[in-house]
Amino acid sequence: MTVTETADRPPRPAPEQAAISLRGLRKEFGDVVAVDGVDLDIEHGEFFSMLGPSGSGKTTVLRLIAGFERADVGTVTLGGTDVTTRAPFERDVNTVFQDYALFPHMNVLDNVAYGLRVRGVRKAQRRARALEALGTVQLGHLADRRPNQLSGGQRQRVALARAIVVEPSVLLLDEPLGALDLKLREQMQVELKALQRNLGITFVFVTHDQEEALTLSDRVAVFRDGRIVQLGTPQEVYEEPRDPYVASFVGTSNLFDSAVSQQILGRAGIHALRPEKVTLTDAAATRTDEPVRVTDGVVEALGVVAETIYLGAAHRVIVDLEAGPRLVVLEQTAGALAAPEHRGDVVWARWALDDVVPLSAEADQ
Amino acid sequence: MTAEPQEMAASRTPGAAISAFLSRRPWVRLTALLSVPLLWLVLVYVVALAALLVTALWTTDSFTGEIDKTWSLDNIETVLTTALYRTVTLRTLGLAVLVTLIDVTIALPIAFFMAKVASRRTQRILVVAVLTPLWASYLVKAYAWRSVLSGGGLFEWLGQPFDVQSPGYGMTALVITEAYLWLPFVILPIYAGFDRVPDSLLEASGDLGGSGPQTLRWVVMPMIVPAVVAGAIFSFSLTLGDYIAVNIVGGTNQLLGNLVYTNVGAANNLPLAAAIALIPIAIMIVFLTAVRRTGALENL
Repeated sequence: MTVTETADRPPRPAPEQAAISLRGLRKEFGDVVAVDGVDLDIEHGEFFSMLGPSGSGKTTVLRLIAGFERADVGTVTLGGTDVTTRAPFERDVNTVFQDYALFPHMNVLDNVAYGLRVRGVRKAQRRARALEALGTVQLGHLADRRPNQLSGGQRQRVALARAIVVEPSVLLLDEPLGALDLKLREQMQVELKALQRNLGITFVFVTHDQEEALTLSDRVAVFRDGRIVQLGTPQEVYEEPRDPYVASFVGTSNLFDSAVSQQILGRAGIHALRPEKVTLTDAAATRTDEPVRVTDGVVEALGVVAETIYLGAAHRVIVDLEAGPRLVVLEQTAGALAAPEHRGDVVWARWALDDVVPLSAEADQ
Repeated sequence: MTAEPQEMAASRTPGAAISAFLSRRPWVRLTALLSVPLLWLVLVYVVALAALLVTALWTTDSFTGEIDKTWSLDNIETVLTTALYRTVTLRTLGLAVLVTLIDVTIALPIAFFMAKVASRRTQRILVVAVLTPLWASYLVKAYAWRSVLSGGGLFEWLGQPFDVQSPGYGMTALVITEAYLWLPFVILPIYAGFDRVPDSLLEASGDLGGSGPQTLRWVVMPMIVPAVVAGAIFSFSLTLGDYIAVNIVGGTNQLLGNLVYTNVGAANNLPLAAAIALIPIAIMIVFLTAVRRTGALENL
């Protein structure tokens, strides 16, 4: 799983310059503002994810970096060079397309060798390098097949090999795992991560799957309506979501509006609480008249179980707090026989005040 | 399992009962679907072609004009050995090839623009514009060209300032007219061919470093060859069999089509006409066999 340095590889730019630098990027399609003022620096060798629902502008940003779209306003800089007005073939980035975009009239080897062919690399050499790239994705044995004779996962790997064979400094991946089934997707996630580590190049990964973004990335940008709403490491984005949108898009959160926050937590403003931070204990014997009590930084709230959902490794328990809001709780399944709470059980929901994250109110909600 | 289906069947409407009957008997279903069109195809198409072949093996009594139904290869022999028929065949073939080349050359950029450059709206307008001439009568269009190319016609009037003369009636006029008549049939399959090339493939080529011409050469062209051949089959075969435009703008030139026409109409020699008609059929069989390898027949 190594990639040899070759003579025709462009010299790496000075490391102090960001691999990708976007400034004031804006793109409209008709009346729709797809990208609305994006500033972003992506470092060399970083696994960077752009996360957001469809229509949030993440794919458009990727296409602006690749050069398939031209920005209305703003600049795209790759390794210190302004490429805003350059054509895709003049940029040192390669893309793995969502639909793989393999050439149907070429076999796997010719597909992978295409980038070398257009660069005028001689046949013997491009064959060798294409086979090496195919080896990297464990597909050396399928070199003679046509794309339509491959499975989805294999096509995905061919698309990867085709993009890395020309040794770009940045690899752009547009929802590359979206079409694969769960098992294969998890396997490919591991391989992608390993590939990125071995190649040591920058990966920019577009996804709407928050779990995928958290698992793979060094940093994540959460997109909404053409803007980046939060940028940070997966831990930062998950543990300290900035606003209710991020809190509920990345993982699930219990959101307390300001009235409930005041009542339960004794704090002003909106707050989020992750379901796995809450523990439940039976309150049949210990229930009090007081629906909420706070002692030593621990909140205890009385509630009634509304629903218990078995998830395999965990249970999702939905509790209607007597204090008002409905709480989603994630309980690890301790043992095979550990009886979860049942519908109608009276329980204490318990969590630490430190686990409650204050959110900034969204301007446009 | 035994009682229930019958109970259900009892409550069914007749339509549902027929549907259920058909769904259990695929053979009956297929017969009902295909018998009428198949009958039509066999009667109108295959039988007519067979009749043609059979007629070519008869002869006409030159004195009475009666058809003599004794088997003979005389007509075939005449067609194959007479210099006139060879010349006319080559001329017709040359015309068909030339018309096809011109049509493909014109159709390629238009089809590319329609499929890959134009906006959705422009695309729709252009498709309609390409189809519209097909609604006008073939005869009217051919006569329109006759008037355009006539002495003192539109062509001469437009060409006058540049000292360009009308080609008059003859092979040149025929090439122009035939190329005009069959152009829509060439544009449409090529347009469909371009339309089937996903944009992401063009982007992928550019992304991997391919310039415009390289993308065209290595990605687009190989993918639309079948569509181009499909279009070429139309212009080629339609030109090969045409006789009306030949009579209208072709001047004194003889082509296979009007040779058949003359033999049936003027000479009343149906068997010879049938034998001549076998020439374009033979050419088309050779042509189609050759293009079958390109996969073009799946693109018609």
